Amino acid sequence: MSFATNKLFAKGWMIAVYAFLYLPIITLVIFSFNDSRLVTVWSHASLRWYGALMQDSDLISAVLLSLKIAFISALISVFFGTFTAFALTRYKYFRGRTLLSSMSTTPLVMPDVIVGLSLLLMLVSIQHWLGFPERGLFTILLGHALLGTAYAAVVVSSRLREMDGRLDEAAMDLGCKPLQVFRLVTLPLLVPALVSAFLLTFTLSFDDVVLSSFLSGPGFSTMPMVIFSRARLGLNPTINAVATVTITVVTIAVVASSFYTSHIERKRKREMALAYSDANK
Amino acid sequence: MHKLTSYFKNLFQGNKLVIGIPYSWFIMLVLIPLLIVLKISLSEMEATSVSSMISWSQGWPTLKLNFANYQFIFSDALYVKTYLSSIKYALITTILCLAIGYPFAYFMARSPKHLQPMLLMLIMLPFWTSFLLRIYAWKTLLVNNGVINNVLISLGVIHAPLAMMNNSFSLLIGMVYSYLPFMILPLYANLSKLDLRYLEAAADLGTSPFKAFWLITVPLSKAGIIAGSMLVFIPAVGEFVIPELLGGPDTLMIGRVLWDEFFSNNDWPMAAAVAVVMILLILMPMAMLNKAEAEQEAGGKA
Repeated sequence: MSFATNKLFAKGWMIAVYAFLYLPIITLVIFSFNDSRLVTVWSHASLRWYGALMQDSDLISAVLLSLKIAFISALISVFFGTFTAFALTRYKYFRGRTLLSSMSTTPLVMPDVIVGLSLLLMLVSIQHWLGFPERGLFTILLGHALLGTAYAAVVVSSRLREMDGRLDEAAMDLGCKPLQVFRLVTLPLLVPALVSAFLLTFTLSFDDVVLSSFLSGPGFSTMPMVIFSRARLGLNPTINAVATVTITVVTIAVVASSFYTSHIERKRKREMALAYSDANK
Repeated sequence: MHKLTSYFKNLFQGNKLVIGIPYSWFIMLVLIPLLIVLKISLSEMEATSVSSMISWSQGWPTLKLNFANYQFIFSDALYVKTYLSSIKYALITTILCLAIGYPFAYFMARSPKHLQPMLLMLIMLPFWTSFLLRIYAWKTLLVNNGVINNVLISLGVIHAPLAMMNNSFSLLIGMVYSYLPFMILPLYANLSKLDLRYLEAAADLGTSPFKAFWLITVPLSKAGIIAGSMLVFIPAVGEFVIPELLGGPDTLMIGRVLWDEFFSNNDWPMAAAVAVVMILLILMPMAMLNKAEAEQEAGGKA
């Protein structure tokens, strides 16, 4: 193979994979503007299903519940995920480190049905014993927070690993107290990672159907649970409309946050270059 | 470095809290629940609740272990067949993801440096948009009167709709589609760190690019291949949503059986036993994943 055909092959392969990844998303969006009740047969463009969406009180209350759960569970996830990341990256050796690192990756890879079942059986045992918690908002939150912690720990650890430990040392040399070092040096450097961990865990929670189904009680249907039960029955044009709204919001958020993080990163690099040039004067 | 450790020791009154908080969190929500699953799998379902393991006779506790659930799983042909079929589909998914993802990650690592962040974001973006909605999207594409069939018929390529839905084809499309990013990301992380001087040296010594690829690039990316494959294989074995929405009556998957035991039959001990056997199946792949990830990490530092 000559170099040129090689390059052409590489380009073709990549375009094909991207097409495979984006084809379903694009079809979802296009057919959300289809007037026909038949999801897959195009009649003409209209906003009919967006109108139907506004009237769909089941779906709207499910969306609100999902947003609430996603927000709270993402906060909890980032909190515990940051601790996990610190424990695993800053302490190379302590008894039980392997256990902690395997426990923290378990929710990442273990099939959802097992995580859901095990959490539920534990919560039921506790309830049997203490009389609470009832299945509902709290139990879903706990499940999502567990899943999110595992992901947040990965995001924060990768940032901590590439962070320059000498900055902390320098701050200490200059007389900072440990908590000051954390507040003035470590935390500001971590902010981009914390933001992306929050967004990732928020999305995961907003998307989860299996854990929620196991952990939810009567009257607590999250958005994915409603969508899943409708999708099981067949195709439904309101799902296309709700998908388009979600995709738009998520895309804007992801693009905006990546601009934000690269902006922070550039600013930090500039400041560092400035500091070095000052020091060399 | 010593100073740094002492700083973290002082932070939050010592390292006990920094390690203790995540430790108790995961013990409470991962370890104990899994032990409870094991315990319940060894009991039986009574009228309203699970039988208790310890019974009291003449003032002495006796441990009552019930292996009936496990006996049933291994004697019933359908369970065994379902486990084997789950492994089969997970394996095919892993191989397909590797076949599609490896060249992709390789080409991505070789593309111009300034384009790479954008290419990476384009891989991540579908991952951020709802998994459930993307699976639903495949349903609208693949059904008999779906988008693909409609387009092909109106173009005159086919006259009768292709049966692409509720069979192993639709199941595998959905699985490969959902798990492909999990394969690409660790492979890309690994391949982008590959020291190109090895390949130059091989070329200088007269090795053909093809041979150099098999003798140098592939062995050096072994940790990435294992990590990616396990990240796909392990969750794929227990997948529930994809077989439920895209699979058919013939595509047996154990995640669905567990779900039905729990939600339809209300047999919690049986569901727990199904889960325990599934965990045993994925223990070895999980150990391989941990090892590969440790190697990836170590490779990143070298």
